[in-house]
Amino acid sequence: MSTEHKITTQKVNFKVFRFNADEDYLPYYETYDMEVTSEEVVLDILNRIKWDHDGSFSYRRSCRHGICGTCAIKVNGRSTLACKESMNDMVALFGNELVIEPLSKKRAVKDMIIDKGDFWEKHAAVTPYLVADIDENPESENLVSPEDAEKLDEADLCIQCGACHYACPAVEINEDFFGPAAFAAAYRFSADVRDNATSRLKDVNEEKQGVWDCVKCFECAEACPKEINPIEKITKLHQMAFQEGIAKNNVAVRHAVGFKKSIVKNGVLDEGGLVLYSEGPAIVKHIPVAFKMFTKGKIVPPWGITKSQNLDEIQKLVKSSSTVKF
Amino acid sequence: MEKLKYALFTGCTAKQSTPEQMMSTMAVAEKLGIELVELTEASCCGASHLQDYDDFLSLVLNARNIAYAEKHGLTMVTICNTCQLNTAMTKHRLDNNEELKAKVNEKLAEVGLEYKGTSAVTHFLYAIIDDFGLDKLKEMVVTPLSQFNIAPFYGCHNIRPSELQNETHKTAENPYNPTSLDDLIIACGGETVDYEEKNKCCGFHVELQAPHTAAVLTGNAIAGAMDGNADWMVTPCPLCHLKLDTQTAHASEAIGREVELPVLHMQQMVGLALGCTPAELGLNHHLAKVDFV
Repeated sequence: MSTEHKITTQKVNFKVFRFNADEDYLPYYETYDMEVTSEEVVLDILNRIKWDHDGSFSYRRSCRHGICGTCAIKVNGRSTLACKESMNDMVALFGNELVIEPLSKKRAVKDMIIDKGDFWEKHAAVTPYLVADIDENPESENLVSPEDAEKLDEADLCIQCGACHYACPAVEINEDFFGPAAFAAAYRFSADVRDNATSRLKDVNEEKQGVWDCVKCFECAEACPKEINPIEKITKLHQMAFQEGIAKNNVAVRHAVGFKKSIVKNGVLDEGGLVLYSEGPAIVKHIPVAFKMFTKGKIVPPWGITKSQNLDEIQKLVKSSSTVKF
Repeated sequence: MEKLKYALFTGCTAKQSTPEQMMSTMAVAEKLGIELVELTEASCCGASHLQDYDDFLSLVLNARNIAYAEKHGLTMVTICNTCQLNTAMTKHRLDNNEELKAKVNEKLAEVGLEYKGTSAVTHFLYAIIDDFGLDKLKEMVVTPLSQFNIAPFYGCHNIRPSELQNETHKTAENPYNPTSLDDLIIACGGETVDYEEKNKCCGFHVELQAPHTAAVLTGNAIAGAMDGNADWMVTPCPLCHLKLDTQTAHASEAIGREVELPVLHMQQMVGLALGCTPAELGLNHHLAKVDFV
């Protein structure tokens, strides 16, 4: 049976972010109504706005094959690689009214073009290259086995488009935070069997800038056009800190370890106990809220906790299945 | 329709800092005629933090929890987004990796248990939507919430990663434009508030290690709902609830604006519409006063 490939068209209303940092005090939105075909990708629409409506409309583009990473923008708040994203899919997701915006409105320079300086600074800060003593005149190739190559878990597919970085709420609030793309790069090299860098893993474990400030929202996993799943790499960097014995004795690390302590004792969590273990003497700052919670019946004392039934099973499993120590 | 029956994984907060969530879950289940068998053997899911420390241990513990649901031959229902994420993620990984499943089962065998992969894992919100049905719920509403503008706050771990969530729920959810909680509000007769932060992060998981980031996220969420003219907020996640309900002082300070709204658990909202009393729903356990009932 032959299947006929049919091209369909539909009307779409585009609300497009416009801003010229040299001239405009505030950004504004221009609307364009267009007939869009099922064959087009988001980049085609950007081109048509520039070629048919307004030659001053500005955006970055280059390879048109999802490799160079320059054309990432946001459609209805969703990070999108313009050259890869089909218009049909966008309409299916969001309907016939689409909002086209740069990856970061606050970093907009002209229309879709943003100042990506912070992205590159943070990328550079994680030693994003192999640190290895390799003979400059080797007698044979430095081969990596397929099993070892798999350890990178596709982190090497990153095209530095910035989609995850500008989708990350922690990056938005905490300017020191390295962000998901930098962490994926850090993982890519730390997981490489040839690498002997000593500072990278420590750098990504520092407070404020490091992995411990990740809010666990999974926005980066959702945003990545190459399906690298940056938060999975962030989790692996957390685990590496324990495996390599460089995890620091701070509130974030104790917070992770505290879950195991609580589980061994009760099966379930002792919420107050976890905060106490994590914060140490700094727990005093939580007293005002804790007092209010207590008056509303929201705090259960350690002796009031209902432990899991068959707690002995849990204790036995923790003993036999633990893979790291702190 | 045959009576719906689930294995209930309560998670830790429902038994400690959000007792009202446990009360309202049981009250709503009774009204809807849903039977919940509590998994009293279950341990903590690790809350995505044990996972940062010891991945394998967290898999074994979550597999054990699911194994108990399997013993009952029931679908596991969760009432916390983060429990849902960690349990569903464990199930996804074990069901798609025989070698890993065998390793986990080797440990579980030490305590006479086995993870088979026979029980589905779903959040109570989706059990109501997918299995019970919103049309049927609508028919049962005795107190329509029609005078209220209600701001849905979805909570990250029910909508992201969408690949995992859409494998778990029958109702596919677009993480950039989720609809399940909006649909539930409408079924209860309420008006939904559309605002930018409804599918954003509340900051709960960095409350201790990055308090400023956490407070700004909480503040932005409440402010967004307030600017959308919400009378109150509703969430399916007790962790989001804790942030939005108990951390308003820090949130207000962080964003330089007084923010506070009553925040209801999804179960409390459904309970109100079904005619449960405020006492049955534990509305007196909130810090941000629920003064509209």
